[in-house]
Amino acid sequence: MSRTVVRTLRQAAFGTLAILAVTGSAYAVEITGAGATFPNPVYQKWAEAYKAKTGTAVNYQSVGSGAGIKQIEANTVDFGATDKALEADELKKNDLVQFPAVIGGIVPIVNLPGIKDGEVKLDGATLGAIFLGTITSWNDPALVKANPGLALPRTPITVVHRSDGSGTTYNFAYYLSAVNADWQAKVGANTAVEWPTGVGGKGNEGVSALVQQTVGSIGYVEIAYALQNKLTYTKMMNADGLYVEPKLSAFKAAAEKADWASAPNYRLVLANQPGKESWPITAATFILVHGSQSDANKAKAVLGFFDWSLNNGQKMAEDLLYVPLPDALVKHIEATWTSSVKGPDGKPVWP
Amino acid sequence: MTPVAMTSANHSRGGAHPGRLGNILFGGSAWIFGILVLILLLAVMISLVIGAAPAFSEFGISFVWTEVWNPVKDHYGALSPLYGTLITSIIAMVIGVPVSLGIAIFLTELCPNYLKRPISTAVELLAAVPSIIYGMWGLFVLAPLMQKYIEPFLIGTVGHVIVLGDLFQGPPYGIGLFTAGLILSAMVLPYMVSIMRDVFETVPPQLRESAYGLGATTWEVVRSVVLPYSRVGVIGAFMLALGRALGETMAVTFVVGNSYHIAKSILAPGSTISASLANEFAEADGLQLSSLLALGFLLFVLTFSVIGVARLMLMRLQKRYG
Repeated sequence: MSRTVVRTLRQAAFGTLAILAVTGSAYAVEITGAGATFPNPVYQKWAEAYKAKTGTAVNYQSVGSGAGIKQIEANTVDFGATDKALEADELKKNDLVQFPAVIGGIVPIVNLPGIKDGEVKLDGATLGAIFLGTITSWNDPALVKANPGLALPRTPITVVHRSDGSGTTYNFAYYLSAVNADWQAKVGANTAVEWPTGVGGKGNEGVSALVQQTVGSIGYVEIAYALQNKLTYTKMMNADGLYVEPKLSAFKAAAEKADWASAPNYRLVLANQPGKESWPITAATFILVHGSQSDANKAKAVLGFFDWSLNNGQKMAEDLLYVPLPDALVKHIEATWTSSVKGPDGKPVWP
Repeated sequence: MTPVAMTSANHSRGGAHPGRLGNILFGGSAWIFGILVLILLLAVMISLVIGAAPAFSEFGISFVWTEVWNPVKDHYGALSPLYGTLITSIIAMVIGVPVSLGIAIFLTELCPNYLKRPISTAVELLAAVPSIIYGMWGLFVLAPLMQKYIEPFLIGTVGHVIVLGDLFQGPPYGIGLFTAGLILSAMVLPYMVSIMRDVFETVPPQLRESAYGLGATTWEVVRSVVLPYSRVGVIGAFMLALGRALGETMAVTFVVGNSYHIAKSILAPGSTISASLANEFAEADGLQLSSLLALGFLLFVLTFSVIGVARLMLMRLQKRYG
């Protein structure tokens, strides 16, 4: 009896040692990040592909931009991710370096029986008036005028917005501020705003569900949700005064026109970019890393992951309807790494 | 046999050798666990007060009765979530109390034996359903039904009554304070039913049988024998359910509509304290975070006062009936 106990104990001890050995070696090459939910699908895809390629595990938790910023400030993760770019003084205060990682599109979605994708045309002023609650019916003269030939019903408009704090809301509200003076004066832009009207759904899925259930509703979601849930999207008027459909090519057009080089810390919101084909509600999402790193190898591993993803992950991003960054911008970003991210000895960790 | 065994066991344990090691260890750890609850409660309270301090020093006590929630201008007030929390809980109790009383009375007084088991099990299973499931069900199943049938019906009928009609106005969104209250009533129902069933069963059969023997009807037995005998437990059940309704988060967040405007109609979207916390905590910082913690503090105070009032009521009852 006691002999079996000893044997079991011995086996257990060996087992524990073996597990320790395995986890010990795996721990050496693990990168952790946390933040924005908007780019989560593409970060997970990149992380999976990068692990298969290099063996380096990237553990990304989509806890929200605000939480991501808090975690990188507290140094509990190797990189943070945020949809709302930080201002220069915020970056400086916490010794952070910011760069964009991927670009996505936000689309208005409607529920009007009999009306199909892209049939409703909206401009920024009208969209703003709807979300302000000043346009309350689908046959409002402003809507009828913009949509000649389309039989708009008398249905009252139900506005659906995000109830949780979100980068999607920030970018949507930022766009409305840029194109509607009333919106800018009364509401403004933030990850959560004081909505003048409507109901709030939790997350993209909450907004999608409410729009699907409510006849006469209008909401806004990331393009991937609109397509997955077969929601009716609208056309939008862009800065050049043309109506465009929300397509990858339209998001790309907006991203290409952006003047990144003259934006300090890449702090650039892509709303209402010029260009004939540009989709007006396009948004970049950002990565945050510390400027002076205590562990040069770890820092290099983090930048290595983004270097690989930005240069090899374009196809994966496009499959998920995100726009990868243009090559010139990637080069610019990598130059920023060299000039701004330093190891403990004060030398650049990249390349 | 059993009483004898028990007294002898009591005898050998009591008095003679109190200083045995096992007893000390057991007693000591029980003390520690007991005190731990107090320490935990105090720690939660202190951290809430510290977190909420910036909000209260910025807005003062008027934070409690200001109806504004503007993260862009960084100006916050608790009135709207506070109002929503109270209204949804009141709706839940107004619907839940009579229904649960009915179920409990049916189970103990009227139910044939072969149905007792299935109904009791079903009620207990309801309590085991995670709140996110109630939320999803509320959003995807109940809300469309409310929007298409129930709310238009209410607006068309009760909506025309004077005064009461003001509560049933506006477009039928499907989600809102009323739907949240309905979901809450389903969620607190099993708690009330199980406790009440158990306390009703503690009524001595002799009392019940004698009342029936005197020719009392089921209603008279329930009113004059069962309820007076078990009133402490019944009130306790209501208060436990109310406490749960006040703090319920996930299910409410899905169906309450999450709007910071106070409307007269209970069909309108609103917000509750816990829903606001669930929605905004992850993205909040600075004054917004502090205001959310201040909301949490108010919920704490609210729940505490509910328990306090319940205690008071029980004490008065006990005095009156000796």
